[in-house]
Amino acid sequence: MGKIRSAKIRNAKIADKIMTIVFYCIALLFLMLLLVLALYVVIKGFVDFKLEYLSFNRKGIGNQFFNTLYLVFLSLLISVPLGTLAGIYMSEYAKQGRITKFLRISIETLSSLPSIVVGLFGYLVFIVMTGARWNLMAGALAVSILSIPLITTTTVDAFKSLEVGYKNGSLGLGATHWQTIYHVMLPACFPRIMTGIILAAGRGFGEAAALLYTSGMSTDINWSNWNLSSATCALNPFRPGETLSLLIWASRSEAVSANATQIANLSSAVLMIMVFTFSIGARMLSRRINKKAKGC
Amino acid sequence: MNQKRNMFQKEYFWHGLVTIGGCFMIVLTLAIGVFLVYKGSASFTTYGHKITEFLFSSKWNPADSSTGGGSIGAAIYIYGSISTCALALLIATPFSIAAAIFMTEIAPKLGIHIFQPAVEIFVGIPSVVYGWIGLTVLVPAIKNIFHLTYGFSVLAAGIVLAVMIFPTITSVTADAIRSVPTQFRQASYGLGATRWQMIRTVVIPSAKSGIYTGIILGLARAFGEALAVAMVIGKTRAFPKNILSSTNNLTASIASDMGGAMEGGEYNSALWSMALLLFLISLLFIFIIHSISSKEEKKINGKN
Repeated sequence: MGKIRSAKIRNAKIADKIMTIVFYCIALLFLMLLLVLALYVVIKGFVDFKLEYLSFNRKGIGNQFFNTLYLVFLSLLISVPLGTLAGIYMSEYAKQGRITKFLRISIETLSSLPSIVVGLFGYLVFIVMTGARWNLMAGALAVSILSIPLITTTTVDAFKSLEVGYKNGSLGLGATHWQTIYHVMLPACFPRIMTGIILAAGRGFGEAAALLYTSGMSTDINWSNWNLSSATCALNPFRPGETLSLLIWASRSEAVSANATQIANLSSAVLMIMVFTFSIGARMLSRRINKKAKGC
Repeated sequence: MNQKRNMFQKEYFWHGLVTIGGCFMIVLTLAIGVFLVYKGSASFTTYGHKITEFLFSSKWNPADSSTGGGSIGAAIYIYGSISTCALALLIATPFSIAAAIFMTEIAPKLGIHIFQPAVEIFVGIPSVVYGWIGLTVLVPAIKNIFHLTYGFSVLAAGIVLAVMIFPTITSVTADAIRSVPTQFRQASYGLGATRWQMIRTVVIPSAKSGIYTGIILGLARAFGEALAVAMVIGKTRAFPKNILSSTNNLTASIASDMGGAMEGGEYNSALWSMALLLFLISLLFIFIIHSISSKEEKKINGKN
């Protein structure tokens, strides 16, 4: 009897050891995968790197890089106000009940939409129905549909996690509800909302499926032309604008130029670096918030 | 007095604006739904195809004009989506759950300082970059290992998707495991369980519904992914014979064929029907997640 029991215990201990080793191996594999993936992309992008690849013409990715930044900027101009407004409504003004429930389901639906479906919707509404050509604005609007739910949920979370004292204190001093929100709660929530915005921007950089049929696959910028209504002006939001991620997609099969592969490698590396910078930025911001909250 | 009136005017103004912002979300969602249903149902109303033909027939030959008369059986695409996602889940789920257990139960400090940021970075990597790596590394590798003419295959798509959904499942599972009360673990240890016994018999069963939610969120991401899959799946219109043969799926065919289809034509409508199907599937996933969490709530409430 005792022998059997001790054997059982021994087996359990051995199983425990084995599983611990298995978990360590899987964890190591996971970290290696990320490390190898990131290093591979970045290194491959900069192997036989030529300075002309960065130029702002057909040979380089300068124009596409600019388009990516400009498109994300435009999409944030739309999604940040709308996202925060909806978030404030949901956390502060909406009465618990059917509308709130419906709103929550709407946001969930929006955030789980496949980006290709959003792209089709954008194509239909912003291109076909307006009769326009591919343009950056349509792309920005499509990306906004993807980032609005993200910004709304972070805003709601930020408002919900704020201590009640902030609100009660302000209301107690005779401020109206909106004054309380604008002067007290919003500043206190700002860093958290900012984290959400950075994450949304990071996602926007890499978006491709939603842009395929909205922002177009060509880009033609004349950098000495600053007439906003001209189709070749860099800042005209109603011109076609290929982004970095679309450039990678375009070089999958059609070898547009002799060094299409190299350009796509470099674009991947640049996108990867942008994503890293943004997620590390968001992380540092949220760490600062936590430190501040702890009061040290 | 004037100032006071001003103050209340502002209050009403912003209240109104914020309400509009909130309602806009509902309107936007409804608009997307309505447009998808409107455009997607044209295949069945205008062109008179049966839903069963769309879902179960593999004869895909829609006419690129508004006269119709082609066939719109999307079974190959649907099967392609299901098989790649199933393979991705099969690969990703065990690893993700193990990684989540590691970062919460075995090395929580390492988990917070290294794993959590790593998972977040993984989530942020653009899908075209995954697709590009798949195309330039994975596809040639599969071609060489299995001596195929092309490396485009269900396997390549499954692996790319597995890497993409891995962080999603891991982070949701980790959250679920973290929310298991510490007393559960202490009680288990107190009864003399080893750590693995505790994880297997206490932690995993208590975090079960969270783990399911994570898997379904991962599945949803895999189903909606377009370009990364399109780059490695090969786009051949045939049922895959095995995991090494190439096929096509819903998202990839929408992404590559929409640009060439005539607006309002039968081809165009058939592609919209596929988009509608994707939308309905994503709604189904949301519904499943809700029913899992409401079941869990009932269970907790029932016990108290």
